[in-house]
Formats: sequence, C-alpha cells, structure tokens
Amino acid sequence: MDLLNALVAFTNFVVVPATAYGAQLALGALGVTLIYGVLRFSNFAHGETMSFGAMVVVLVTALFQSWGLSLGPLPTALLALPFGILATALLLLATDKAVYKFYRKVKAAPVMLVIVSTGVMFVMNGVVRMIVGTDDRRFADGARFVVNAREFKAWSGLSEGLAIRTTQVITVVVAMITVAVLFWFLNKTRTGKSMRAYSDNEDLALLSGINPERVVTITWLLVAALATIAGALYGLDKSFKPFIFQQLLLPVFAAAIVGGIGNPLGAIAGGFVIAFSEVTLTYAFKKVVTYLGPDSWAPDGLVQLLSTDYKFAVSFAILIIVLLFKPTGLFKGQSI
Amino acid sequence: MTQTRIQPQTGAARAPLYFALMAALILAVGLLQSWNSALAILNMGLISAIMALGVNLQWGYAGLFNVGVMGFTALGGLAVVLTSMPPVPAAWAAGGLRMGLALILGSGAIIAAVLAWPRLPKGRARGLLLTGFLIVAFFVYRGLFDPAVEAIEAVDPSVSGYLGGLGLPVILSWAVGGVLAAGAAWLVAKTALGLRSDYLAIATLGIAEIIIAVLKNEDWLSRGVKNVNGLPRPVPYEIDLQQATWFLELMNKIGMDPVTGSSIFVKLLYAGFFLAVIVLIVTAMELALKSPWGRMMRAIRDNEVAAEAMGKDVTGRHLQIFVLGAAIIGFAGAMMTTLDGQLTPTTYQPLRYTFLVWVMVIVGGSGNNWGAVLGGMLIWFLWVEVEPIGGWVVNLLTAGLDDGSALKAGLIERVAYMRYLTMGIILLVVLRFSPRGLLPEK
Repeated sequence: MDLLNALVAFTNFVVVPATAYGAQLALGALGVTLIYGVLRFSNFAHGETMSFGAMVVVLVTALFQSWGLSLGPLPTALLALPFGILATALLLLATDKAVYKFYRKVKAAPVMLVIVSTGVMFVMNGVVRMIVGTDDRRFADGARFVVNAREFKAWSGLSEGLAIRTTQVITVVVAMITVAVLFWFLNKTRTGKSMRAYSDNEDLALLSGINPERVVTITWLLVAALATIAGALYGLDKSFKPFIFQQLLLPVFAAAIVGGIGNPLGAIAGGFVIAFSEVTLTYAFKKVVTYLGPDSWAPDGLVQLLSTDYKFAVSFAILIIVLLFKPTGLFKGQSI
Repeated sequence: MTQTRIQPQTGAARAPLYFALMAALILAVGLLQSWNSALAILNMGLISAIMALGVNLQWGYAGLFNVGVMGFTALGGLAVVLTSMPPVPAAWAAGGLRMGLALILGSGAIIAAVLAWPRLPKGRARGLLLTGFLIVAFFVYRGLFDPAVEAIEAVDPSVSGYLGGLGLPVILSWAVGGVLAAGAAWLVAKTALGLRSDYLAIATLGIAEIIIAVLKNEDWLSRGVKNVNGLPRPVPYEIDLQQATWFLELMNKIGMDPVTGSSIFVKLLYAGFFLAVIVLIVTAMELALKSPWGRMMRAIRDNEVAAEAMGKDVTGRHLQIFVLGAAIIGFAGAMMTTLDGQLTPTTYQPLRYTFLVWVMVIVGGSGNNWGAVLGGMLIWFLWVEVEPIGGWVVNLLTAGLDDGSALKAGLIERVAYMRYLTMGIILLVVLRFSPRGLLPEK
C-alpha cells in the first residue's frame, strides 16, 4: 500500500491533463453557448473557427520565431494570440455580414441556421487546408516543463514522477484570465449587460432600445477571442492538426449542453465534467491499483475501463444522460 | 418548421432537362477523361443519390435533422463483412461462445435497467440501485468479453483475427445493412427524438462517431484498422472475364481492349444493380408521399401542433420516418462497401459522409425525391471533378510561369483542397438564393 505514489500517479496522468483539457473545452463551449444565447442556433462551424484562429496563431508564431522574437520560458504563441484573435474576428464579422445576417433578417428557423453553419464549416475547413495544408504542426517553444518528473522524484523521494508541462499551466492560467475578463464584461459593463438582456428576452431588450446588430457584433468579437484562445491552447498542449478540431466539436457541444446551453457558467462546468470523465474513464489504472493494493494484487491487465478511442462515447453518454434526466443542463440553461 | 411553404408552379420540363444535363456531364467525362472514370462517377453518384434519398426522407418529409449519416453508412459497410465474408471457424471455436454470452449479458443488463426504471419506486434509492447494478454488470461483462476478444484476435491475426461473417451472398448484406442502421437509428430516436431539433443533431453526430470508433477498435468484429479486404462481389471479376471466351469474342466484335472492356463491363453491371435499387426506392417513396401517410407526414412537418391536435402521433411518426431513412442510408452504405470491395474504417470522415450528403439534399431540393437523386449525382460529380478542373484552371492561369516556380507549385498543391471550399460555397449560395433547391418540392 503506497498511497502517496498512487496519488502522484493519479495526479500526473488524470488530474493534470484533464484540467488542461477541461479548460480548453470550457473555452470552446463558452463560444458555442454565447452564439446560442444571442444568435439562437448551434454553430457547427465552431470547431473550424477554433481551427482558423489556431492556424493564424501558428503562422504568426512562426513569423515571430523567424525574427528571433521570444518570451523566454513562455511560448511565443502568447505574443501571436492577439493577431489570431484579430484575424478570426475579421473572418467572423465578414461571415456574419455575408451569410448569417440575411437569415436573421428573414427570421429563419434555428435549424436553417444550423444547416447554414455547416456550409460555413465547409468553407472554413477548405480555407484552413488551403492555407496550411493538413500536416501536424508543433509550435510550442520556451521551457517544456514547470515541474519535471526526474526533479520531482529527487525532491520528494517518491518512485512516481510528476510532470507538469508549461503549456498545461499556461492553458489553465490563460483560461482563468479569459473567463474572468468575460464574466466581468458580461456582468459589469453596460454592453455586457445589454448582451445578457438580449439573450434573456429579445423583445424586452429591443423595447428598451438595445441595438441588436451591435449585440451580435460584440458576440462575434467575443466568440472570436474565445475560439482562438481555445484553439491555440489546444494546439499548444497537443499539436496543431486541422483535422482534430472537427472531432472537438462533439465534446465542445456536449460541454455546452451538459452545463446548460446559453449559460456561460454552465459551459465552464460542462467542460470540466466532460474532460474529467473522458480522461478518467479512458485512463489505464494499472499503476494506481498496483500502488494501492498489496504486492500480490498487481493486476495483469491495464485496468482501463474504456479504450482511448471511445472518448467520444463518454461525452456522448454524459450528454444523453443529462438530456434525459435534466434537459436544461446542470445549470439552468435555455430549453425549447 | 412551422412556416408555411408557398408553392409556385414550376415548369414540368425542369426535371428531365436537369437529368439530361447530368447525363451530358457524365458523357463529357467519358469522352474527355475515360469511360472508366465516367462510370466510376456514375456508380458512386447513384449510391450518393440513395443516401440523399434517405436524408431527404428524414428532412424533406419530416424536418428531422440527422447528422449521423456517416455512422449509418459505416454500419452498412459492417453488414457487408458480417454477411458475406466466410466465417473463421478457428476464431469461433476460440471465443465465439464466450463473445456471444458477453454480448447477450451486456445488452441484457442494459435492457433490464431500462425496463426496471419506470417500474421501481421513485427516489434516490432507485438511481443508486440501478447505477450499482449497471456497474457490476459492466465488470462481469468485461470479465467475459476481454478474454473472448483476446482469444479471437489471436487467431492468425495477419489474415483473420476476427469472427468473419456468415458466408451468405453479398446482395443480402445490403438489406442487412439497412436493418443494422435501422436498429441504431431506433436507439437514437428513442432517446433523442423528444428533445429539441439541434439536440437530435448532436445526438446523431455522437452516435456516428461512436459507430466509427467501434469499427476501428473492435478487431474481433471488423478487423479494425487492419481493414477487411477481398469482400465477395455480386459481379464477375475482371480477371475471369479476361479469360472467358465469350467475353473475348464480344470485345473482339466491338473492337475494345479486353482489359479496359472488362473493367467497364463490371462497372456497368454495378450501375445496373444500383439503378434498379434507385428505381425501387424512388417508386416506393413517391407512392408513400402520395398516400394518406405521406400527406400526414407533410402535415406534421408543416405544423406539428395542428397535426397533434388532429390526433396524429407526432413522435411516433417521427420515430418511424427516422428509422426508415436510416435504413435507406445503411442500405446505400452496404452498396458502397460492396462496390469498394473492402471495409476501411479510417476512411469515414464526417465532412465526406455526413455533410456532403446534406449538400446533396439541399442542392437537389429538399422534399423532392427526384431532387435528391439529382443532387446526389451532381454533387458527387463536382466532388470528384473539382480537383481536376481546378488543376486545369491553375495550369491555364500559370501557363506563363515556368514549372519550377513556387507560386505554381503552391497553387497546384492548394487545388487539392478546393473541393471543401467549393462545396461550402455551393451550399451557402443555394441556401441563400434558391433555398428550395434545383427541383423544388411540388
């Protein structure tokens, strides 16, 4: 029985990666939820929006690196982030003007907008592929680890190492700052309040003189920032692959719906619920069980509940369970 | 879907004209590229048309938003393997029985839990009891399942390592594909149909990803990423044709090279099969559309509340049409895998198998079966031909540049991804300027 080592192994392989992943999902889900709250449709192009933002960050990072610009131990990508947000904001505003605005004007059914967003998804996907191709790109630089497994072992005297990568810490810190700024904006500023009012009750908001087009513009700006940050952080943490963002769509949607779609707080909770369930259920607990039990108990198998490829099944199962038992999500979101 | 649909009269000549144009496009490919490419486009176009018919049934008739087309297509592919491949007796002996037991136990536990839920008294105890039951059942299931998988996958892994199929004629597998897809659709619909339309969409998106994950991972079932090659065919092999005297004489008579001729002959046979299926499905769907059932479906689509007030079982009808549509997609998926001759789970991508079919339905004209067929053929044609046409345009534009120029090389590389952009733009333009599609609903 070795509780400490088991705890360290669990932290190293489950808690740390799931926290970083949860923060990325939460940012993605916040974007989905904002669009849902204000524009009232599920945006299938959100994965590609994240992909586009991340791509701009990757390209600008490469440019900065070629100039020799760097942030020392921090990844250069942080410097490139504002440019990514700017480019994505321009893209989203242009898309809104060219595509979505018309359907708002004719008051199209929400499902129509969902189909329209799949068209936008195709276009964005094509644009990203045409600009950078489909290769895998790593763009993280700077210090690799905040806590190094070998140093941790030497420091603690445990046989199990704990490694925390710089990108994981940055993911969590940046996500926290982003969420804090977002909530400050939504709750304290006049514009943010008008946005919430519009989301809660469109008619009343219009009556009190809120300009709907302005609310929509600001929503897209916020979504651009959230999507770019989410995409760039995910790319920093893993690597940038245009294909991967398509597959993030399901967990991101699941996070938004599980938390209660239209509710920003719910999106964050949903992100972490999905991330922790995915990582916990697909982690091979062999090491932890071996540490916990007496020596003779060491399991033969991996003690893995589900193969890693079934992580979709986890987000899906949680989604279905929540929808069946609590259709408005964990936090009260909008329903019907 | 509560908006009323205004129905202007459209020229009756529109459909034949468009189909003639479509035929001309395929003929042009035959003349300019090769007859083999033209027939390949025709065959996949016909299969795409059937998939579009399935989606059209769900969307055009009932307004159900299904983005799990890829999953139902893949289930059709799995059906081909399970039906037509010869069984692997060694694998069956090694773990067949245990696998069967594990699957019966697993599904039995879930069914028992679902049945018990409404019958047990409400309260926290019920939730805890059933959760505990399911967790225990899961571990018992894994206890049976894992060794069975290991035993089956150990049987000659480079050639088989899976249970194989039933060794039945491959044509049967098309119907089996429909049944498998219908079963999966029933499960999704039972859980998600009562919810909002975009929740159904997300649910179907999820189930499709799970089906692909199963196909990739469960080697004992589908050989996973090792693929199943050499699926039986409903048509003769080119090699055999090239040695058959009657075929050589025939080729001699029309003055065609037997190698090219055999490949074209095989493709024509497939085209015949697929056309027969399309005619059957379209006829059945048109008859259904004109029947009281079809009128009821459209009434439900156009005004759910009114239909419900008239005593129509809206959710029941939705369930029915969702399952039917999925069955058609599964049928087409099985046809596609038969045509390919192999099952490769890694090739299933949502953009290609789900959203492209949606482009077909919208462009063709949702609610119109002939529109779905036309959209399927046209969009598949563009999907295949955008790349060569784009390459040709780039070559024309950059004719002045020398071959080594980075701009030219870059442009040619980019053209490969043109198809996504093109499909998106086509979809957006059609939705904006002609939302009823090429052949609007009558």
